[in-house]
Amino acid sequence: MAEMKTAAYVCQGCGLGERLSTQQLAQVAQKEGKMALVREHPFLCSAAGVQAIRDDIEKDGVTHIAIAACSRRAKTEAFHFPAVAMSRANLREGVIWSQPDTEAARETTQEMADDYVRMACAEVKKMKAPAGNPEAARNTRLLVVGGGISGMTAALEASKAGYPVTLVEKTAALGGWAAKLWKRTPAREPFQAPAETGVAAMIEAVRADPNIEVRLSSTIARTSGAPGRFSVAIATESGGAATEDFGAIVQASGFSLYDASKLPELGFGKSPNVVDQAGLERLAREAAAGNAPIRRPSDDGEVKTVVFVQCAGQRDATGEHLPYCSGHCCATSIKQAMYFKDANPAVDTVVLYTDLRVPGNGEDFYRSGQSKGVVFTKGAVSAVEPAGNACSVRFRDLILDEDATIENADLVVLATGQVPNSGVDIEKVAQNEPGEWQPDANSVLNLVYRQGKDLPLLRHGFSDSHFICFPYETRRTGIYAAGPVRRPMDIAQAVEDATGAALKAIQAAENAALGRAAHPRSGDLSFPIVRLDGCTQCKRCTVECPFGAIDEDEKRYPVFNESRCRRCGTCMGACPVRVISFENYSVDTVGAQLKAVDVPDEFSEKPRILVLACENDAYPALDMAGMARRTYSAFVRIIPVRCLGSVNTIWVSDALNSGYDGVMLMGCKHGDDYQCHFVKGSELANYRMSKIDDTLKQMALETERVATYEVAITDIERAPRLIDEYAAKIAEIGMSPLKGFA
Amino acid sequence: MPTALNEQALARYRNDFLREVEERVDEGGWVKMCMQCGVCAGSCPFGPHWEHSPQKIFMMIRAGKREEVLASDSMWMCTSCYNCVVRCPRKLPITTIMHGLATYAHRLGLAPKRQPTRDFSVIFWENFTRNGRANEIRLMLRLWFRDGFGAGIRKALAMKEVGLGMLRAKRMSPFEIFGGHGVKDVKGFQAMIRKAQEIEDRKRGFSK
Repeated sequence: MAEMKTAAYVCQGCGLGERLSTQQLAQVAQKEGKMALVREHPFLCSAAGVQAIRDDIEKDGVTHIAIAACSRRAKTEAFHFPAVAMSRANLREGVIWSQPDTEAARETTQEMADDYVRMACAEVKKMKAPAGNPEAARNTRLLVVGGGISGMTAALEASKAGYPVTLVEKTAALGGWAAKLWKRTPAREPFQAPAETGVAAMIEAVRADPNIEVRLSSTIARTSGAPGRFSVAIATESGGAATEDFGAIVQASGFSLYDASKLPELGFGKSPNVVDQAGLERLAREAAAGNAPIRRPSDDGEVKTVVFVQCAGQRDATGEHLPYCSGHCCATSIKQAMYFKDANPAVDTVVLYTDLRVPGNGEDFYRSGQSKGVVFTKGAVSAVEPAGNACSVRFRDLILDEDATIENADLVVLATGQVPNSGVDIEKVAQNEPGEWQPDANSVLNLVYRQGKDLPLLRHGFSDSHFICFPYETRRTGIYAAGPVRRPMDIAQAVEDATGAALKAIQAAENAALGRAAHPRSGDLSFPIVRLDGCTQCKRCTVECPFGAIDEDEKRYPVFNESRCRRCGTCMGACPVRVISFENYSVDTVGAQLKAVDVPDEFSEKPRILVLACENDAYPALDMAGMARRTYSAFVRIIPVRCLGSVNTIWVSDALNSGYDGVMLMGCKHGDDYQCHFVKGSELANYRMSKIDDTLKQMALETERVATYEVAITDIERAPRLIDEYAAKIAEIGMSPLKGFA
Repeated sequence: MPTALNEQALARYRNDFLREVEERVDEGGWVKMCMQCGVCAGSCPFGPHWEHSPQKIFMMIRAGKREEVLASDSMWMCTSCYNCVVRCPRKLPITTIMHGLATYAHRLGLAPKRQPTRDFSVIFWENFTRNGRANEIRLMLRLWFRDGFGAGIRKALAMKEVGLGMLRAKRMSPFEIFGGHGVKDVKGFQAMIRKAQEIEDRKRGFSK
C-alpha cells in the first residue's frame, strides 16, 4: 500500500474563527494529531477551500484528511473526496452551536474543540479509503415469486423499466386470488359499484411481454448467493429443476384464506349455505356464468336474506384465531352485498360488524352501499345455526345493547382473514447444518442462508419489513416482499406495494453491480473484512447479523457475503475477538478516537462523558439540537456509530479504563415497533449492555457509569436534556477513580 | 281509522320497517345512511331525558322494531335545537326525521297517548286552522284543562298575575274567548290547508 500522507484542515467560517482559537486547533492537529500538513482556511467549503484540499491530494499526494469544520452530515457535496480517507471534527453543530457563547464557557468550549480535532486526527489514521466490494456482480434479471396481482404487477413494472423478469408461479395459472373473484372493490372515482378485476387483461399483458418469462407449476427449490448474483433452482412439478442467476428477487407469495372450518360455531361446514368470502365469489361467478341470480346452495332456492359476518376468526382476543384485522374484508363484504342489491334491491343484505373499517376512498364505497340499502348493524355474532335451508344468526346488538337473532337467513358469508404465505418460520425451523442442506417443501424461497430458509417474520407470521421508515425493505438484502405476504391488503394496495418492491429490487441489483450498499447506507463501498486466523468460530456474527449476510463454511468459519451486507457493523460489535472491521470503520477507528481525548485529572472538576450516538437518529438529533442552539454539557465527547449494534464492548471498557466518568449509548427504539434502521442492531446493543454491569462491578465502578437510551430523530429537545441529566448524575456519583492509570 | 291505516301499512311493507320509513316518513330515506357514530346522541341537550337517542332510533328502524319506534316517546322530546344536524358527519337531517317519525306515528294512531308535546301539537293545529290565527286564550284554556277541571283551575290561578299583566299591557284581549278574529279569507286559508294535506297524503301514500 502507498505511504500514508496526512493533512488537517481547520475552518474559520460560520463563526468558528470568532468562537475558537483556530490557531490552537491547528497546533493540536500538528503536535498531538501528528498531521503532516495543517492548514487553516477562512471558508473551507468555498470553491477556493475545496480546491486547496484537492490540490493537496493531487499534487502533494495527501491520502488521509481530517476536516475540522461542521458536522459530517453537512456540506457532504463540498467535502467529497472519494479517493482519500476522511474524518470530520464536528466543531460547528457539535461545539460552538451547542455551547453558550459566554466568556465563562470559552475555556470548556475550546477544550471540546481541541478534543474533536484530536479525535478526527486519530480516527483518520486508522482509516482507509474503501477499495470497493470484490464480489460485485451485475445481473439485471429479476426473479418474481408468485403470479398473483402483486407478482404480475412487479413483473410488468420491472419490465417497463427495462429489466427482464422470470415469474415463477406455483399453480398452473396466473392470476392468484384476484382470478377467483367475480368483481373487485372499485379503485377509481366514483367508488360506487363493484368493478371488473382486470386480471385477465393483466395476464394477457404478462403473456405478451417479451421481457417476462413465465414459469407455471414451478417452485423455488434452492436460493443461494447475494444481490447481483442470486443462484436459484426452479423446480417444476414434473420433478425437473434448472438453476438460473438473478440480480434481485421479489417475493409476492400472497396469502391463504383463514381456514373457516376452525369456526364451527359460525356454522361453517354444517350447511352449504354458510360460506366464506371466497365461497361467495365462487357462487357469484357461477351465477354470472349462467346469467342467473345467486341461488341458495342447499336447495337452489331463491335468496331473500343474506347476512355478512365481519371479523370471523379475526381480531380475536382469545388467542385461538387471528388476532389482527385483514383490512380489506369490510369493503369486500360491501362489494358482495352489492352483488345482490344491484341484481335485485328486494334482497335483504345485512352486514354485522363491530367496527367498520374502510380506509381511504372505501368510505365512499360504504356510503354507496348504504344508499343501495345494504343494512349495517353493529353487532358481535356469537353463533350461526343452520336448520334446513335457513340459518339463524345470533348476535349481540351493540347499539341497542341486547341479544338479537336474524332468522331465516338464506346465505351467511363469513369474512375470514388473510394468512400470509411466508414459508417457514426461521425462528422455529432451524437451517440444516453446513454441508447437509436439504430443501423444505413448506419454504417459499429455500434459502441456503445460515439463518434460515425464508424471510424473517415480524408479528403474526408476516414477513418483517421496516414498516415505520422503509416498508419495502426486508431483512434479506435484494429480496423484497410485496403484497399480502408483508401485511394484509387489498388489490389496490398490492398493486402499489408490488410497484415499490419492483423498483427497490432494480435498485438493489444496480447497487450490487457497483459494489455499493443498499439502504440505509446506500452508496457505502466499505464492507466487513474478517481476519480469519484470529476467528474462534463462535458464530456470534452469523447468528446476530440482522440481514443473514454471513454464512458458515463446513469448518464453521464465517463466510461473508458482501453484497448482502448493509454495513451496520453489528458483526463487528458482536465479535469477542475483534477480528471484523471495515476499511473506514473499525474497532480501531473508534478506539483511537476515544483514547485521543484529553482526560483531565480527578481534581479538575471536569468529567468526561463518552457518547456513542447512532448516526441514523441520535447523531442527527444532536446536530439539529445544535442548529436550534440547544446547549448541553461541555463534558461530553460524541462519537457517531453506524448503529448501536456495532458498538463493541471493548470501547466501553477502554473508555472507562482511560478515565472517562460515564458512557452514554444513544440508539433507536427497539422491540416489535422498532425504529432501528438495521432492525436488530439497537436491540442487540441493549442486550449486550444489560450484561455490562458485571464488568463494571469487576472494575469497582458504579453501574450508572454506562447508560443506554432510545433516541429518535425528533428528540431535538430531549437529547440535550438527556445529556445534561446524565452529566448531573455523574456529578452526583463523583469522578471516576480510574483516571490517570491508562 | 288510524288502526286501519296501520294495518294497511303493515300489509304493504311485510314488516320491512326501514322501507316503510323510507317511503312514508319525511326525510326517512336518510335513515339507512346513518353510520352509528353516536355524535347525535352525544350532542342532544335532552339526551339523558329520552329513552332512545336518534342513533338508537335509527338502529331500531333498521332492526325492524316498528312497534317500539312508533310508540316511542323519544322523537316527541326533540326541541329542534339542530345540534345533531349541525354535527352529524353524514349530514342527516335528524331533526326533520324525528318530527317526521312523530307525525307518522300520530297518523297511524300509534303515538303514545297523552304525550304532552303531541297533545299540544293537536290542540295548536286545531286552534289555528280554525280561522288562520292562533287564539291564545282558547289555546291556553284547552291546554290547561286537558288534565281535568280542577287541574285547569289550579293552572289558571297559578298564571293569574301573568294574565292580568298581559291584559293591562293590552297584549291579550279577553273578548278573543268568543271566537276571536281570523285572517281576511278564512275559507281560502282552509282550502289551502286542505290542499296541502291532500298533497302530503298522496306523497306519503295515505291516498292515491
